[in-house]
Amino acid sequence: MATANPTMFQASDLNQHNERVQRRYRLLFGLMTLLLITPVLLILGTLVVKGGAAISWEFLLTAPTDGMRTGGLFPALLGTIWLVTVALLLSVPIGIFAAIYLSEYAGDNWFTRTINLAIINLAGVPSIVHALFGLGAFVLFFKFGTSILAASLTLAVMTMPVVIVATRESLQAVPQAFREACWNMGATRWQTIRRVVLPNSITGILTGVILEVSRTAGETAPIMFTGAVFFTPFLPQSVFDQTMALSLHLFVAATQVPEIAEQVPFGIALVLIALVLTMNSVSIAFRMWLRGKKKW
Amino acid sequence: MNTDQTAALPQPTHQYAIDSQGLNLWYGTFQALYDVDLRIRQGMITSMIGPSGCGKSTFLRSVNRINERLGYVRIEGSIQVMGENIYDPQVELVQVRKQVGMVFQRPNPLPISIRDNILFSHRLHAKGGGDVHQGTPDEIVEQSLRQVLLWDKVKDQLKRKATELSLEEQQKLCIARLLPVKPKMLLMDEPCSALDPKGTEAVEELLWELRGQYTILIVTHNMAQARRASEECVFMLMGKVVEHARTDEMFVTPAHKETADYIEGRYG
Ligand SMILES: Nc1ncnc2c1ncn2[C@@H]1O[C@H](COP(=O)(O)OP(=O)(O)OP(=O)(O)O)[C@@H](O)[C@H]1O
Ligand SMILES: [Mg+2]
Repeated sequence: MATANPTMFQASDLNQHNERVQRRYRLLFGLMTLLLITPVLLILGTLVVKGGAAISWEFLLTAPTDGMRTGGLFPALLGTIWLVTVALLLSVPIGIFAAIYLSEYAGDNWFTRTINLAIINLAGVPSIVHALFGLGAFVLFFKFGTSILAASLTLAVMTMPVVIVATRESLQAVPQAFREACWNMGATRWQTIRRVVLPNSITGILTGVILEVSRTAGETAPIMFTGAVFFTPFLPQSVFDQTMALSLHLFVAATQVPEIAEQVPFGIALVLIALVLTMNSVSIAFRMWLRGKKKW
Repeated sequence: MNTDQTAALPQPTHQYAIDSQGLNLWYGTFQALYDVDLRIRQGMITSMIGPSGCGKSTFLRSVNRINERLGYVRIEGSIQVMGENIYDPQVELVQVRKQVGMVFQRPNPLPISIRDNILFSHRLHAKGGGDVHQGTPDEIVEQSLRQVLLWDKVKDQLKRKATELSLEEQQKLCIARLLPVKPKMLLMDEPCSALDPKGTEAVEELLWELRGQYTILIVTHNMAQARRASEECVFMLMGKVVEHARTDEMFVTPAHKETADYIEGRYG
């Protein structure tokens, strides 16, 4: 009967109903996406409108004067770059190596499962707790004093779980069959990792690193007690110096300085966001370059 | 050609289950199908052979419109299934997929129980009151599994996860799960390539069981299988249909030199 029906492929009531349901869900998901990017756009817009006027070469390249009311933010910008770079140099290799161990070498037993659980929980520890830990451990116990080193170590400890989790997940997304193929051709574990697993997971790993950059650059609490200061006329010369930092500078300019022009804190925030976006774009470009080289 | 013998079969409303006309298909700038005019008779088993990369899977995937999910695929020409153009804008994609069942090279049962695999599509379509199996769930499961000759093996373990079955059983299950929504046609893309000889034999036996009820188009690299298990045979080469004839004729007196070369294993 239905065979002879010339409308065999026409939508039935059920099809139409299902299609309506599925459109509703698509709308819902789309709206959520919109909801998600709206605040981002609003923030960026506000910053550009209110802080754009503050931006000038002088603002970027000179130190603040007159109790931060005039002048620029150069020491803070440089300090943030220092802090992020040192923190990344510490946490990225350690995090990636640890993740490789956990994913590629360690067996699946209660011990590694405990470690994995601990790492996930560590990622949820509030930054102020990390700050106090950094103060106790790096500033006082190891006697690094309030310094870039102590602050970056604190940041590194804080952000390492993100790197480990992201790395482990991208390593585990590489199909097991690829590994077995390598082993069958007589590759050692390391050769397998080096030639097949890492090349195929590097983009995911970089995503974790990108996340970390953003977080590291913006954190205030963990560096407040460990290495960043409200104001110093000196630029840092080594990792043992104190430094200003953009996030703390923004906090101070926004809350501690009376009669400051409104555009100054907005300008600082704009620079901070621009810095994060720049670093992210560089890693995204790197990621795309790597992906372009991947031949499958 | 003596193709009219099939008239002995119960005469269906449309003589051709698939009727493609001037079908051209591009992946980006690469043309995979050239002017494919192919008429697959209803209720018969047609096999499709040809060297790797000649476009067999591409043709199959065009018949249930899976290809267009890839954004860079462009299609010209028309394909009629049971006399209706499936690329007509009025056509409901879900219905096409329901009416045209597909079996893939690698068995792909869903990671749920055997029973739930069988009932999956039925649950999706039953409420619509369309042409689906009318029995109770238990009947549906039993009948479908019986049809693929799997019932006796799994009747006591219907709750077992389907992915734990052997490959042959998985493939049979993948065929069985199409049946409750009564597809008009089964497309099979090298359904036996992951199976051992016994499994292959079992699936071929199954094909003969289903013959007549369903139109079956099966891609195979196994000449013996094409010869054993199909009534008509299509030979494709580099995106074109070279020859389409009764299987026994094609294997005995191929009309084209390329067909003869391929069948005798001189290339491909
Ligand atoms: N998704 C795709 N994107 C681009 N090109 C494709 C895609 N799928 C197939 N092709 C190309 O189209 C041509 C036909 O492929 P198809 O898979 O249809 O061949 P086939 O006859 O099924 O081969 P096989 O016997 O190996 O399964 C091949 O040259 C293939 O490289
Ligand atoms: Mg194929």
